[in-house]
Amino acid sequence: MRHALVLGVVAAMAAAPWPHALAQTEDPVSAEFDKFREVLEKDNPAELWEVKGEQLWRTPGGPKKASLEKCDLGLGPGVVKGAYAQMPRYFADVDRVMDAEARIVHCMITLQGFTYAELAKAPFSSATRTPDPVSIVTYVAAQSAGMKFAAPQGHPKEKATYAAGKEIFFYRAGTFDFSCASCHGVDDKRIRTQPLPNFTKPEQAIRAVLGWPGYRMTGGVMHSLQWRLTDCFRQQRFPKPDYTSETLSALMTYVTVNANGQVYKGPGIKR
Amino acid sequence: MADPMKIRATLQGDVADVRVLMAHPMETGQRKQGDKLVPLHFIQTISAQLNGRTVFNADISQAISRNPVFAFKVKGAKAGDKISVTWTDNKGEKRSDETEVRAGS
Repeated sequence: MRHALVLGVVAAMAAAPWPHALAQTEDPVSAEFDKFREVLEKDNPAELWEVKGEQLWRTPGGPKKASLEKCDLGLGPGVVKGAYAQMPRYFADVDRVMDAEARIVHCMITLQGFTYAELAKAPFSSATRTPDPVSIVTYVAAQSAGMKFAAPQGHPKEKATYAAGKEIFFYRAGTFDFSCASCHGVDDKRIRTQPLPNFTKPEQAIRAVLGWPGYRMTGGVMHSLQWRLTDCFRQQRFPKPDYTSETLSALMTYVTVNANGQVYKGPGIKR
Repeated sequence: MADPMKIRATLQGDVADVRVLMAHPMETGQRKQGDKLVPLHFIQTISAQLNGRTVFNADISQAISRNPVFAFKVKGAKAGDKISVTWTDNKGEKRSDETEVRAGS
């Protein structure tokens, strides 16, 4: 594992004591990880993708040579600030609930002229390549840092999507007879040393959405929530959901609405 | 072309605290993909300028991590001064970015 090491001409990091570790953690092991994360959050390489994502957002691109500045993330065309914290939400033009990345991909298709097939071909990051939607969602997410999650539930489709997400969350199947809830539906579960938050509870559901999109130090790659939830399906030995599908938006709606009212800290850093 | 750096320069008294994030794969030449070694690809030199005047040149090796952070302090800086950072790697690729020194909070 190669960490984003700080090499300093003058070691600047020794100066200030760390702000107090996150309040959510109780056990000493998690407290250590939180300390570690806090140190690294100060110089999170995720910011590199933020910069790149902003360029991609503003620069005309795709077959139609258009920028994404007319993309409506739910708060009006081009409004990025606060949009991420208020997604997933219902979009009348597609008559479905979309999460941030799904919406960005939709905009890249409609405004810039990309095809879904080319964007969905290899949608997740590797050590050598970060797909553009991942960079863009990192930029968009960063513009909601410090804001409270407020995924809307006013529209009937938003309520229905939440209900669908809940059903998916509790749906047991596969060779392990697993559901998301098997690990994330009860308190005080643990996998190795890693405590597993209970996403059915508001104060723990924030753990599902906090820190995504996130920079993974293992391999040094930028990943989005689309990737993370897709990986949950793999871990459960379920069939792979389609990229930006309603299944993934529904699951995101379920966890985000459960976390509503809590503060989003912006793109994070992951082990 | 290489991806942009993210440079932050904040004033603390007359010292600018500069933190630079660089986007670079920093391949050690020892990582394998399949059975083939991924060739060496790393930043070799970093230089920093304050208003065009070089404040340091650094030679670094492949031992530095992917997407590295580089932090340093510059004495005698004022708000609005220009800090620019340039790196070159072993393939001859180069990237320069510039930022203004901001007053500390």
